Amino acid sequence: MATVAADSVLFETLLRLGDDSLILGQRLGDWCGHAPSVEVDLSLANMGLDLIGQATHFLNAAGEGEGKGRDGDALAFHRDVLDFRNCWLVEQPNGDFAQTMARQFLFSTWQEMLFGHLTGSSEPRIAEVAAKAVKEVRYHAELAAEWVIRLGDGTEESRRRMADGLDWNWRFIPELFEMDEIAAEAVRSGIGADVTLFREDYDRRVRSVLAEATLEPPADQRPILGGRRGHHSEHLGHILAVMQFLPRTYPDATW
Amino acid sequence: MVTTLSTDALWQVLESVPDPEIPAVSVVDLGIVRAVRPDRVVITPTYTGCPATQVIERDIRAALDAAGFRDVAIETTLSPPWTTDWITEGGKAKLHAYGIAPPSSASAATCPQCGSTDTEEVSRFGSTPCKAQWRCRACLEPFDRFKCH
Repeated sequence: MATVAADSVLFETLLRLGDDSLILGQRLGDWCGHAPSVEVDLSLANMGLDLIGQATHFLNAAGEGEGKGRDGDALAFHRDVLDFRNCWLVEQPNGDFAQTMARQFLFSTWQEMLFGHLTGSSEPRIAEVAAKAVKEVRYHAELAAEWVIRLGDGTEESRRRMADGLDWNWRFIPELFEMDEIAAEAVRSGIGADVTLFREDYDRRVRSVLAEATLEPPADQRPILGGRRGHHSEHLGHILAVMQFLPRTYPDATW
Repeated sequence: MVTTLSTDALWQVLESVPDPEIPAVSVVDLGIVRAVRPDRVVITPTYTGCPATQVIERDIRAALDAAGFRDVAIETTLSPPWTTDWITEGGKAKLHAYGIAPPSSASAATCPQCGSTDTEEVSRFGSTPCKAQWRCRACLEPFDRFKCH
């Protein structure tokens, strides 16, 4: 099988990183003005802002490397579902606050470990953004873990909702640790991270928080894959329809 | 011929550019300006998603142009990542005077209104990505604390 061209490996790697952050940032934006308390509203919006900042850097770098005149905005607002490379976890519905925190906990715990590894990337743009963002992602992971614990070890209702939220999102964990040919090539060339290296740490951290939350880990389910190759759940189409409507309708608009 | 005089003049211009969100401090006070060379100034964004990043760059451009430094470029670098360690002592004093507790390694913030350390964090996330919401148990006033980053 022909090796994947180096440029295309970098482009794909940057899209995966940028799209994960963009879609999750967009999901968190939906909570703005609707969260259970002002404090929570601020924290979700702040996390969303951090994520969109990450996406801006990664997608701008992707566009520059591609060399076809597309910048981060063009990539974010003018690609269709099949061209997005985010994982399924970030496109899952917000659901209730517990489900949102479950998704955040599972994602940010992973992203913090990933960015920790990516600070050693041979691609300066990736290493720089990872080094910068890892401090912020640590906040995200801590906040989400605190809520998993507070809701899990809370009332009967909060516990049920947190258990349901974890149950919903649990089957999207395997995709986070998928190493396909592009990911393997990214590791070989030094730009990407071998995510399997921190699977055990991740599992340990997740189970430790669940234990403190007095929750049982959900049963493992059939893994769901495909996001890295543009095969997404129905949710992404709806997310993009809302997110991209304005720029697509008024392509010449400027702020 | 390029002399050190021109970079002094550039620093002066940069010191006159206030942070758009906290106008009491300049972009120099906050450690946003990383280097000044005769042909370019090098700046770094604070938080990854800071909405003021583009405004700051625009304001620096406008200030440089107004002072006649149209040929001086602005270069943005992400590395090494910005840290609150780069906020100058003068900057920290200005933050405190403005009513924002500056970043410090102390676990309890000092209330900018009454000076008490009998304070508590209300929320890790405040009005901007860089600040947390605190409350003083002595004078009962709320205040923002610049988070260590």
